[in-house]
Amino acid sequence: MIREPLIFEISAKGKRAFALPKLDVPLEKDALEGIPLRKEIADFPQVSEVEIVRHFTRLSQVNYCVDIGFYPLGSCTMKYNPKVNERAASLPGFIFSHPLAPEDLVQGNLEILKRIADSLSEIAGMDAFTIQPSAGAQGELTGMMLIRACLEDRGNPRKIVLIPDSAHGTNPSSAHLCGYRVQEIKSNRAGTVDLDDLSRNMTEDVAALMLTNPNTLGIFEWDIKKIAEIVHAKGGFLYMDGANMNALTGICRPGDAGVDVIHINLHKTFSTPHGGGGPGSGPVGVKNVLEPYLPVPIIKQSGSGYTLDFDRPKTIGRVRSFYGNYLVAVRALAYMLTLGPEGIKEIAEIAVLNANYIRKSLDKDYDLKYDSPTLHECVFSDKLQKAFGISNLDIAKRLIDYGVHPPTMSFPLIVPGALMIEPTETESKRDLDLFIEAMKKIAGEARDSAELLKSAPHHSYVRRLDETSAARNPVLKWEGSKTS
Amino acid sequence: MSYISLSDQDKKEMLARIGISTTEELFCCFPDEIRLKRGLRLPAAMPEPELIWHFEALAAKNAAARYPSFLGAGSYVHFIPSIVDCLAARGEFVTPYTPYQPEVSQGTLQVVFEYQTLICQLTGMDVANASLYDGASAAAEAVLMAHRLNGRARVLVARSIHPHYRETIRTYTKNVGVTLDGIRAGETGAIDLDELAKKLDQDVAAVIVQSPNFFGCIENLEKIGQLAHDRQALLIATVAEAASLGILEAPGKLGADLVCGEAQSFGLPPSFGGPSLGFMGCRKEFVRQLPGRIAGQTKDVDGNRGFVLTLSTREQHIRREKATSNICTNQALCAVRATIYLETMGQNGLKEMALHNFHKAHYAADRLARLKGVRKKFSGKFFNEFVLEFPKSIQGLNGYLKGKGIIGGLDLGSFYPELGNCGLFCVTEVHKKDEIDGLVRAIEEGLR
Repeated sequence: MIREPLIFEISAKGKRAFALPKLDVPLEKDALEGIPLRKEIADFPQVSEVEIVRHFTRLSQVNYCVDIGFYPLGSCTMKYNPKVNERAASLPGFIFSHPLAPEDLVQGNLEILKRIADSLSEIAGMDAFTIQPSAGAQGELTGMMLIRACLEDRGNPRKIVLIPDSAHGTNPSSAHLCGYRVQEIKSNRAGTVDLDDLSRNMTEDVAALMLTNPNTLGIFEWDIKKIAEIVHAKGGFLYMDGANMNALTGICRPGDAGVDVIHINLHKTFSTPHGGGGPGSGPVGVKNVLEPYLPVPIIKQSGSGYTLDFDRPKTIGRVRSFYGNYLVAVRALAYMLTLGPEGIKEIAEIAVLNANYIRKSLDKDYDLKYDSPTLHECVFSDKLQKAFGISNLDIAKRLIDYGVHPPTMSFPLIVPGALMIEPTETESKRDLDLFIEAMKKIAGEARDSAELLKSAPHHSYVRRLDETSAARNPVLKWEGSKTS
Repeated sequence: MSYISLSDQDKKEMLARIGISTTEELFCCFPDEIRLKRGLRLPAAMPEPELIWHFEALAAKNAAARYPSFLGAGSYVHFIPSIVDCLAARGEFVTPYTPYQPEVSQGTLQVVFEYQTLICQLTGMDVANASLYDGASAAAEAVLMAHRLNGRARVLVARSIHPHYRETIRTYTKNVGVTLDGIRAGETGAIDLDELAKKLDQDVAAVIVQSPNFFGCIENLEKIGQLAHDRQALLIATVAEAASLGILEAPGKLGADLVCGEAQSFGLPPSFGGPSLGFMGCRKEFVRQLPGRIAGQTKDVDGNRGFVLTLSTREQHIRREKATSNICTNQALCAVRATIYLETMGQNGLKEMALHNFHKAHYAADRLARLKGVRKKFSGKFFNEFVLEFPKSIQGLNGYLKGKGIIGGLDLGSFYPELGNCGLFCVTEVHKKDEIDGLVRAIEEGLR
């Protein structure tokens, strides 16, 4: 197998892949004087175009992706990313428009931002949305800032944010960045929020409860109305992490269930590609009471067209430059328009069908800690395989040998040795069956040939990597012959 | 059109295995009162041709994309070599998740490792992360990082930093006990060093400046660094126009302790402001406080080189509320584009591109400043942006230019009341001499 070198290792003085036309303006003599200039960019690559094309093509071939196959990462919603969305988002009229161009020359962009916000409000049952946050975590931070700003306006920002023990790690981190202390709320035996624990902790010092729904076990918090009442009775807000919105589209609107603020991940529910880690988009929706605090600007529609409104005295300010990851929003709107209202409802129906099909097909082979009904994902564990010395890591790595991407591992924390599986709605039965069959075979191998799992993967470009020494002796960039 | 891959027969078999007869039964756990009992009020489904026509019509409403434009101010038009679009559009880069399973993600991980190396080479930093959202949030993260590093609570923020960056810094710091104080710009357009020296005391965690700054002027990082370090404060250098790094000395070589900013100029079109590419690097000893993902080199069990996400104990999924940041999803695909772009431009191409920016901008500034009543507002050295003061309102002038099919400079009055009749112009390698001359003629007419 060819081991692809780092570009720096094939660089040689004088090679190039790009040239500019001749400079067509006269040089202003001495203009460069007095400026701290660099002589060269030390070790910066010098390679030919064909070398670059092969380099990236070969690197692309050692990446697994949704276009290749099943990618059941729980809570990540790795659905198919429609190609027409890419085409829409690459139209010159979108990509070459400058964010500070006069409003009357960017009416198409402003219309798209307004329509995506309005569509999300309809789907989530909220009053208004901002598209500015760049990803889910920034959406969380924005949402918590809105709550804080509103409470400050009422005279007391409060001190604590309640977060269930099944939440994503980003929730506590976002609450902390917003100046709050985090208090964990226990899950009950059914895998949902323990209402007694919630009531006990819900005091007038609490600003909000951050609730993921359906939660990370894939279980719908069916007491959400009661939860909202408990939180509201003490003057707090109900924040919903909408990362798992794929289970709810067209079925239930969080706003109708008492949610005050929600963020939605366009790169999950609305099919925009994850890009190997981004860009995402984390729009935040609010009820009217929090609308005055939204980041600036917001888009307004009037008889003469769309305008940017900066005159918002109560705004929390900006969370980034310009208007957010705009082209991600273009893709999401293209997706909604392709599907239409019935298609959007079908997302949830089929995502939940696929997940339950997997759950039912594997529940004899793997342990399911919670037996409550689940929606778009299910969380097994390695409990049965532990008897043979096999961990969820071994199972995950062995799946790679069978040509599928492993599920999310070791999360949520309340399920030791978790394997969190989210198939999404776009998979065929054949792909689901291939995964089920691989998981069953692995359960058998765990019993009969454990070594095969412990040394997996066997057929990948690299085999199991030493992550411990990577962290202990960090090598974070190419350092010439020192690292070759 | 739907993207469902199940036949009716498939559905029947799957429901049978689950032991139910309709998908409706899957939602039995929902209390009836919160079920949506009507259809969503959204437009009817559009087949692909209709969808594309629809979006083409929307895109056509953005005349801004067709006009010659002299806007910069944090979003820049540079030429993008063909191989950037071609390679970055590969499904293998576009459709994976964050590389949590390194054995099947070596493509993304190696590209990120190369990206981190390129950012270090350009900025003079020892380490760089895998990207942040954009320049503004990167600046905010840098301020929070400086506060964590030395525990001090006051940060001096140059007023010549992009207004969006300053607003974002304000939003991010407001609830965590960091206070901000501004440093004004002097006659040259660069920050007032006397005011800086006066405000620097033992409580100051960091000084943050942008270079080239929002007015295009190059800051004296060396001097600012000395002043900051004399008080054991950190210097954060932010870069909004990364193309400048092709010729300007690396901020790390001039004394910056943290370098952050916006790398949209490296292979990304303006895209109405996003997605773009936040970057951040720091000195080696600060790496445990660096926010965001980081790729590192290691070996597999056979001794082959491989790459993994590393130092994750800094991150939210391990440390929860004690994490260095809440960021997880970043701008990975934008970093892939930047890597392809930078490796294509290479040592010589990047420098030449930056020089073209410099000379074309200086040509434009010179010709415009010769017009009657027009003057360069600041005397400082600049890269590819400059501020001109006009004898009449910039709004009126821009309106005239728009009528001629040109987008003029940015009206600075809305950001800086004291710069009423001033416009911020940007000229890059994509502006042909004819277009620059056309701008000069049109402004001359507009001022008559």
